[in-house]
Amino acid sequence: MFPRQFEYVAPASLDEALSALASTPGAKVMSGGQSLIPMMKLRLFSPGTVIDIGRIDGLADIVEKDDHISIGALVRHNQTASDPTVAAHAKALSQAAGWTGDHQVRNRGTTCGAMAHADVAADQPAAAIALGATMMARSSSGQREIAASDFFVDALTSALSEDEILVELRVPKASNGSRSAYDKLGRRGGHTDYAVAGIAAWVNVGDDGSVTDARIGVTGVGTRPTLAEAAAASLIGTDGGEESIRAAAGLVTDGITVIEDLYGSVEYKTHLAQVFTERALQQALAG
Amino acid sequence: MTAGVIGKAIRRKEDPALIQGKGLYTDDMKMAGMLHAAFVRSPFGKARIVGIDASAAMAIEGVHAVYTADDVRDLGPLLAQVAIGALRPLLADGVVNHVGEAVAMVVASDRYIAQDGTKAVDVDYEPLEAVVDLEDAASDRVIANDSNESNVIHVWEVGDADAVAAARASEGAIEVSVKMINQRLIPTAIEPRSALADYNAGYGSVTLYSSSQIPHAVAGAIGKTFGLTSNNVRVIAPEVGGGFGAKLNYYAEEALVTFASRELGSPVKWTETRREASVATIHGRGWVGTATIIGTSDGKILAYELDALSDMGAYTQNFTVAIPLLGQYVAPGQYDIPIHWKIGCVVTNAPTTDAYRGAGRPEAIFYLERIIDAFARQIGMDPADVRKKNFFEEFPAATAAGMLMDSGDYRANLDKLLELADYQGLRQKQEEARKEGRNIGIGLSTYVEVCGFGPSALAEGGFSWAAYGLPAAFNGSGLVRVNPDGTATVMIGTGPSGQGHETTWAQIVSDALGISVDNVQVRHGDTRDSPMGIGTFGSRSLAVDGSATAQAAEKVRTKAARVAAHMLEASPDDIEFADGGAHVAGSPDKTVTWAEIAEVSYQPHRLPEGMEGGMEANAVFSPANATWPFGSHLAVVEVDDTTGDVVLMDYFAMDDCGNVINPMIVDGQVHGGLAQGISQALFEHAIFDEDGNLLTGSLLDYPIPTAGDLPSFQLDRTTTPTDVNPMGVKGIGEAGTIGSAQTVVNAVIDAVAHMGVTHIDMPLRPKRVWQAIHRNGG
Repeated sequence: MFPRQFEYVAPASLDEALSALASTPGAKVMSGGQSLIPMMKLRLFSPGTVIDIGRIDGLADIVEKDDHISIGALVRHNQTASDPTVAAHAKALSQAAGWTGDHQVRNRGTTCGAMAHADVAADQPAAAIALGATMMARSSSGQREIAASDFFVDALTSALSEDEILVELRVPKASNGSRSAYDKLGRRGGHTDYAVAGIAAWVNVGDDGSVTDARIGVTGVGTRPTLAEAAAASLIGTDGGEESIRAAAGLVTDGITVIEDLYGSVEYKTHLAQVFTERALQQALAG
Repeated sequence: MTAGVIGKAIRRKEDPALIQGKGLYTDDMKMAGMLHAAFVRSPFGKARIVGIDASAAMAIEGVHAVYTADDVRDLGPLLAQVAIGALRPLLADGVVNHVGEAVAMVVASDRYIAQDGTKAVDVDYEPLEAVVDLEDAASDRVIANDSNESNVIHVWEVGDADAVAAARASEGAIEVSVKMINQRLIPTAIEPRSALADYNAGYGSVTLYSSSQIPHAVAGAIGKTFGLTSNNVRVIAPEVGGGFGAKLNYYAEEALVTFASRELGSPVKWTETRREASVATIHGRGWVGTATIIGTSDGKILAYELDALSDMGAYTQNFTVAIPLLGQYVAPGQYDIPIHWKIGCVVTNAPTTDAYRGAGRPEAIFYLERIIDAFARQIGMDPADVRKKNFFEEFPAATAAGMLMDSGDYRANLDKLLELADYQGLRQKQEEARKEGRNIGIGLSTYVEVCGFGPSALAEGGFSWAAYGLPAAFNGSGLVRVNPDGTATVMIGTGPSGQGHETTWAQIVSDALGISVDNVQVRHGDTRDSPMGIGTFGSRSLAVDGSATAQAAEKVRTKAARVAAHMLEASPDDIEFADGGAHVAGSPDKTVTWAEIAEVSYQPHRLPEGMEGGMEANAVFSPANATWPFGSHLAVVEVDDTTGDVVLMDYFAMDDCGNVINPMIVDGQVHGGLAQGISQALFEHAIFDEDGNLLTGSLLDYPIPTAGDLPSFQLDRTTTPTDVNPMGVKGIGEAGTIGSAQTVVNAVIDAVAHMGVTHIDMPLRPKRVWQAIHRNGG
């Protein structure tokens, strides 16, 4: 539990942080440190330099904009979980943040940090992809947008370049017919701990009650948070009733390589993904 | 007497320092010139060590030394009280037999450099076939540790096989048999182990700080290892952040930092990393066995049989082989039934097992209470009624395990539990919920515990401290001193790690002397200052050392009464103690304070003719028998049959630990014990792959329970005092653990039995529950 020697810098501004990142090969950005520090202590990961962005002003706010909600790089899980605007527009993210880690982790860890860390069983990435969120990645040479669905590349690997910091998560605001929900089974049962399987469901319901659009984000079962495209597609145009929900759930792991771990076999995790697809869709469709 | 001190929920004197973060633990200790040790540990379950090249480590600036088996072979293997099977070398000698075994020690100027040094030591291993599965190991297909001829190094057996055979052959006998695993656990104290040695060649003595439950025993063992007399070894266990039995060993690291300090002439400290704590500290449990009940359709149990194996790990340490024997002592539980109980002690390529909260007794009670439940289900009888039908009703009770249980009232205890939980009401709610498709389950268990060690006869049965250089038989002591200012200092030989001794013992002494609890300071854990004691484990401290302290306080009281009588010109028989002083009975205005009594006591010329000066007394106590706490527990669970998720909705515990000194501390001990027992039922499992790699080597994958995982417990007590000690106390440290794991499992089976499930092995993680339901087509 003793990390290798590393340099530590705590820049006062984002520009300083970006230039330090650009000029320091192998540097790693830290926000809440709830995943990075344990990995360093176990020597699973030994960056030469840690750039702590925790003291930079202006990154710790949730701001309601015209068409989206902006979640800054230093917004803590508990902040995301308890924010009424997030709850109103992005219920799935609100729930996922509330069920991330334990109290201590939620008070220190950040929503954007959980995205950048890209753990295979993290909760909030599933919500981000289901909600159609956008990652704002900045480097010293500028800023680019990355769709959440393109952001999670592999286990512990995001689409961020080495010189980029995830400065903001943009979550589209809900329209009249759009609603979302997240549900999971955690490793200690219930909603505790990492997801054995977690499903974020987002639906848009037309005036006639039919499903006009849907996205389903899956976490915990594969090597990365993934959109279940076939399942979502099967739901579009249906009445969102019990049968169509069950049909969608049956497709949820299509195209996903389900991985066995200490918490479940392939069969069990596939089953759980289906169960929680049903439950998340039921909640989302119930509004 | 200070009215109401005994039995009062006084807040813990320990807590102000602890909750401010100001308690001092071994790792907080710093000494001038202190060096830091770290260990190179085996990555293999079993391997031959072909060579060790430490040159790259020695080349790191700040690395002072690298030691291997060649340097410490003379210090011998670690000592064990029951030395059956291969003992652990201080550093691996030519072969490693489990993942995490210490191979080399690096000593450096700081702990980071020491860690870097361990990575630079090049060990050339030739991997060998390992064996970790208990039944596989018992077949001797692969010998786990080549120092043993067979992996089965001992068999404990008790009871009457003929009686069981006769029961089996009797007319109308119903037999229920279930094979069950009581899985291996990692104790996981919040404070990992830590040791700091300062070997001073000038004084020819050593001071060792260590996070230990047994400072006196460690001092004895260090003396034996290094050829020092006991008055040249000082062991200090400062604050200890949890032990649960895992700090009830003399460990290689304690010897090795002492050795390094002697060699290098500097203090040397080592603090275990969390990952090391998973492989270098003892594990607990690890049984597999088949339990059988033979009975009749009216609920009468004719015989109970257990045929089991217990996992010793790779090496025998302090009480490793004796842990199943502790289970044997309570094998028949609360029941007046014939038994045949047999357990083989099996060596595997895994870390050593030893005492973990309950130590053999939770395992033994688990098998008994699970199979009684299965029997009740088989004959369609209420599980509470089956238990009542087979209870011991009269005491002392001679059990089929050859034990004599001095006191108990099992029926009254169970009845009170069923009333507390509204058992009939719960059964109705369960039935109603079932109609709505909800799977509510109600689980019951009773237990007896054997603790308060203990009777000197045990020393002959394997429970001795002679191997560590202490008197063989268990004992405890207490020294009570009234200081010249009228305050009291109490010195005890226990080694608490959170049990609240400073508060409980202050209550005992306050009650005897009338000195306020605030003015009684309890000291422990420093072998230079405290009287002989063997430590805190097996729910023994209050029953043994507490009794000694009560006796010592009584001696002080008797003497003080004579001094006060002399001062007040009264008869000692008329002196009463209260409110910080003494007065003549019936004349509360004729008072002398404790400060005044003490002032006179330390000036012999002012004392009655012939009386010695000073105001202190010591007592040593060794009880005639162990104590036999008991109780009954009830759990209510709901199982989601779609996911296998188990929610523990309610937990009721009715414990009987005899008389209670501080009910809040007793409740706290029950809470902690329940948490660990419930956690075995639902969460914890040390999982190895077939090569002996621990797959749950960090807290990411080895879940320890938190308050958030548990319901608010509903506790109550019955009180059946014992007469084996002067206070009538029995011990409560392990009761919660012994009573709880099977209570939860019984509840879960009760919830899913209607889907054809008869047993699920712990931990009842959702995947296992779901698989069990699914397998049965539920």
